[in-house]
Amino acid sequence: MDGVALLTIFVLSIFVGFEVVSKVSTILHTPLMSGANAIHGVILVGAIIVAGHADTGVELWLGLVAIVMATVNMVGGFVVTDRMLQMFRPRQSAAKGSDA
Amino acid sequence: MNQTWVQLAYLAAALCFVLALKGLSSPKFARRGNALGAIGATIAVVVTLVAEDFDHMPAILVAIAIGTVFGVPAARRVQMTAMPQLVALFNGVGGGAAAIVALVEFLSAGQDAGFGELTASAFTVLVGSMSFSGSVITFLKLQGLMTSRPVVFPGMQVLLPLTALVSVGLAGAVIGTQSISMIYALAAVSLLLGVLFVLPVGGADVPIVISLLNAATGVAVAASGFVLDNVLLLIAGTLVGASGTLLTLLMAKAMGRPIGSTLFGALSGSSSLGGGEASDRPVKSLGPSDVAVMLAYAERVVIVPGYGLAVAQAQGALKELVDLLGERGVEVSYGIHPVAGRMPGHMNVLLAEANVPYEQLKEMDEINPELPATDVALVVGANDVVNPAARTPGTPISGMPIINVDQAQSVVFLKRSMRPGFAGIENELLFDPKTQLLFGDAKDTLSQTVTALKSL
Repeated sequence: MDGVALLTIFVLSIFVGFEVVSKVSTILHTPLMSGANAIHGVILVGAIIVAGHADTGVELWLGLVAIVMATVNMVGGFVVTDRMLQMFRPRQSAAKGSDA
Repeated sequence: MNQTWVQLAYLAAALCFVLALKGLSSPKFARRGNALGAIGATIAVVVTLVAEDFDHMPAILVAIAIGTVFGVPAARRVQMTAMPQLVALFNGVGGGAAAIVALVEFLSAGQDAGFGELTASAFTVLVGSMSFSGSVITFLKLQGLMTSRPVVFPGMQVLLPLTALVSVGLAGAVIGTQSISMIYALAAVSLLLGVLFVLPVGGADVPIVISLLNAATGVAVAASGFVLDNVLLLIAGTLVGASGTLLTLLMAKAMGRPIGSTLFGALSGSSSLGGGEASDRPVKSLGPSDVAVMLAYAERVVIVPGYGLAVAQAQGALKELVDLLGERGVEVSYGIHPVAGRMPGHMNVLLAEANVPYEQLKEMDEINPELPATDVALVVGANDVVNPAARTPGTPISGMPIINVDQAQSVVFLKRSMRPGFAGIENELLFDPKTQLLFGDAKDTLSQTVTALKSL
């Protein structure tokens, strides 16, 4: 893809990124940060590509290290975010639970 | 696999990421949002694996398995109080991965790379390495493996900008000479830069730095999208970079701390971070049994938990106390400041983990009108969030919204010592005639109060 097309996508993504989180409530700052953290774990895609194209031993080993690191970021990130969010039970169902 | 299908699958994954961030911003859809993000990431990885006939496929799959074996148990087993440092660590390895991806692509593409790709490579290595080492220092600070106070040494004011300049210079040299030794040097200096960048940040400002480094890793991932000509990495990285930057600013605002003084306050010597001395002015202190009596014969009690509660892991003991009071017919609620705990929203997570019913938790705006009719305000390990100095101009926390415990009929502070909070300013409320202090580790003093209450 040519540079200008990539630049277009880049600029539009900045605006989308700002827009989607602009109304976040304070109690969700921590889970949101953790979820966003998991999303950049998708660098795993890049790590797979460079490891899969590696021609030398150094490139392969570095690529494999990157895969391990990216996987930890991605998988661990989504799991820990889910654990945080499990704690947030909606007010309604919590109230119902205590009434019963 | 057909390249068009790969691109369409990447588009689907990118959409999942946008909706994930959107969902994570609202309490109702947050969990679904996170699941959607995980689905998007899975789509992206699976499609990448089958899209091309890669070499070294077994090794790649083993590496993914190893990463999963490390990541999942860590995320499952971590104590909720230790969660911020785990997020920091996950962020660090992501940044490191981005730097390595750009480095390997540089090694293999070599002379063929154009100016744009070289610039993106150098940028990714710089930002990714910095995010990695910075996150590791943040982890060490939060885990208590090194001091959480700002670390400043003589000459740092010169060394930090100098290191930044050298790394930018090396990035230029990488682009100009395409020399392999230059890119290794760039990685090394950028690692040092990350360390120097985070060392002077301390205490309550560390979470803001985690958020900033998270955004930085996002930007590095976006740049790696330019390097590899991969649209998904570009979109996902940019989304995280942009939303992370906004989130960092929102967090700093919620804490009442301008981002500049958060990062460089200690360097310029105008640090307002937990450096304050303990005051020797007289205060009224009391014992656990006195607190038990006060609480037992109150009608309305408001509990304001803070960072100290989280550190002492006292949320369980606190809940026991509240349950006992409830049995005695005392009306108890929790007043939660938006930035109570170690990160915004952290206190809600901690109390939810201790099974505190959601309806007892009241946000700041909800609890403040109730405080004048409250008999006892029990402040557990909090300080700055109840400091009336926030209402007077010219203090480090001026303008920060606080919980007005000074309007309650009487105030009891559970504190470890007279040391000021992170903002490093004295709390006049501690010396108020209606204030009494119970010194000690919150978990111990709360358990003693529970015992005293049971024998009443």
